Amino acid sequence: MLRTIAARVLLLVAMVWTAGTVNFIMPRLSDRDPIAERLTQIASQGGGSLAGIQDMVKSYQERFGLDRSLWTQYVDYLGSIARLDFGYSIANYPTRVADQIAYALPWTIGLLGTATIIAFVCGTLLGALAAWPRAPRFFRNVLPLFMVLSAIPFYLVGLVLVYFLAFRLNWFPSGGGSELTAIAGFSWAYAGDVLYHSLLPAFSIVIASIGFWALGMRGMMVSVQGEDYMMFADAKGLRPRRIFFAYGMRNAILPQVTALALSLGRIITGSVLVEMVFAYPGIGTLLFESIKLSDYFTIYGCVLVLVLATGLSMIVVDLLYPLLDPRAGITHA
Amino acid sequence: MRSLRLGYLGRSLPFLGGMAMLVALLLFTVAGRLAIDTSLADPLSVTPNQPPSWETPFGSDSQGRDLLAVLVLGTWLTVKVGLLAGAMGITLGTAAGLVAAYCGGAVDLALRWLIDVGLTIPPLLLLIIIASGLRGHLDSTGMALIIGMLSWFGPARQIRAQALVIRQSGYVLTARLSGRSGAKIIFLEMLPNLLPFLMAALVLACSAAILSSVGLEALGLGPMDEPTLGMTVYWMLYYTAFMRGLWWWITAPIVMLVILFVALYLISQGLDAFANPRLRQRSS
Repeated sequence: MLRTIAARVLLLVAMVWTAGTVNFIMPRLSDRDPIAERLTQIASQGGGSLAGIQDMVKSYQERFGLDRSLWTQYVDYLGSIARLDFGYSIANYPTRVADQIAYALPWTIGLLGTATIIAFVCGTLLGALAAWPRAPRFFRNVLPLFMVLSAIPFYLVGLVLVYFLAFRLNWFPSGGGSELTAIAGFSWAYAGDVLYHSLLPAFSIVIASIGFWALGMRGMMVSVQGEDYMMFADAKGLRPRRIFFAYGMRNAILPQVTALALSLGRIITGSVLVEMVFAYPGIGTLLFESIKLSDYFTIYGCVLVLVLATGLSMIVVDLLYPLLDPRAGITHA
Repeated sequence: MRSLRLGYLGRSLPFLGGMAMLVALLLFTVAGRLAIDTSLADPLSVTPNQPPSWETPFGSDSQGRDLLAVLVLGTWLTVKVGLLAGAMGITLGTAAGLVAAYCGGAVDLALRWLIDVGLTIPPLLLLIIIASGLRGHLDSTGMALIIGMLSWFGPARQIRAQALVIRQSGYVLTARLSGRSGAKIIFLEMLPNLLPFLMAALVLACSAAILSSVGLEALGLGPMDEPTLGMTVYWMLYYTAFMRGLWWWITAPIVMLVILFVALYLISQGLDAFANPRLRQRSS
């Protein structure tokens, strides 16, 4: 177990290092200097204070400055990533990128976490029921529909939902994380408002990923049914509900958790694009807006945080795994 | 070599349905390029914001593009990006997977690490870094090449696993004992037997490449002067087509992309069952 975790941590370091290195090399390969260009552009428009721009040029020089050897620059740069210091936002100068991300991150984690858990639970149940001979035919018949939906990216489903449910029928708000007039705080009204705004984005992630979980679970459930302990449970005369949950699903669910760890990257990038569609105030929308404004430091900061988040959530799933499968804890401890 | 038994595919409903959808899409773009003037896909070539009518059957967008021409050209470009990147990913991945499986030892270990790291970083995130570094220089072919270079990890892992199984099989051992060279064993003995598997992997790789490219474009990092389907989604969001109720602009790229993704999914389901006969009994 410790070994698995150590390997995962090593993998996480390698991931961030790779992304950081690509990030370090890319601006140097291009013949243009996008950051200096952008800064001059702001200065010529008269936006931002002059002192601020000089500060930024300095921080830019510190980061990419050519006065030191390439190697020192690289080591310094990796050090700043390790401290999660991404510099200043070019578009909103005195704001640091880390603060922008700190504001956006809870929204993303809330939306993504809830939607993924709901999709996982519903999909796994649907898949198990679709493979269960005593379950109503209904579950077998809706499965192909969800499987086809799972081929469609989350954000396209989101676009369709926004158009029909928000703009046509006005049932849901079309975007944002809460009403503009709402006062942030721990009140029921505010919590309800936030929940209301998160329903449509969450729903588009859920319906586009149920099929994926259902498909995996159905396969496992079919093979579990051939096992001796299932027949034994049947022969003992246990209630069908108990056989289904405690004998069937309990044993079939393990590969699902492994699949969850493997597809976290797909889920995270997918939901980043969903946020963009709904202007949901998370990392995805921050990224979308920064790209529009050519705010390079914020773009790179968002990407590195998303890479980090992918790696960290894989480690969390790995830590949870022994709770489901006691064998995983014993063999390696 | 085992015969390919293509007959199974002729009876596989998902495969046939997916192929029909894909062929319809390809007919649409090929016939469209012959039948209509695709220069109408440039901005300012028709009256902006027109709902569908006789002159502009699919309507026009806010920059004055004729959406029929946009879809004809955009579907073509998007499929091109997918095919190019997918083929590149499969070629590189097959090479890496076969080398890793055949050589073993340190080469295998190094490649496996590289694959593990490459697989865990979501490709879209690396693409965002690369595309924002190259801003303005990226056309659809360049984008396809970059995506291709980033999409060999998955195929490499699968091919490696398959090749490891084949490596132990009787005919490879026989070939080795009879003194065939390593390259000949890889290309003449192992590769042909991986063909059904490669076909399924190619379709998956194309689909993944299209997914990445459309995502990158929708974020605003795609080729600004080419009307790909993803760029159409970006412009539609950029000019707030929702708020203004321009439904024809919203539906156009979504319908095309949904058909494309579902078609590729169905084809890959069919091919999967074809390459992996154990799945057939399970799903029927």
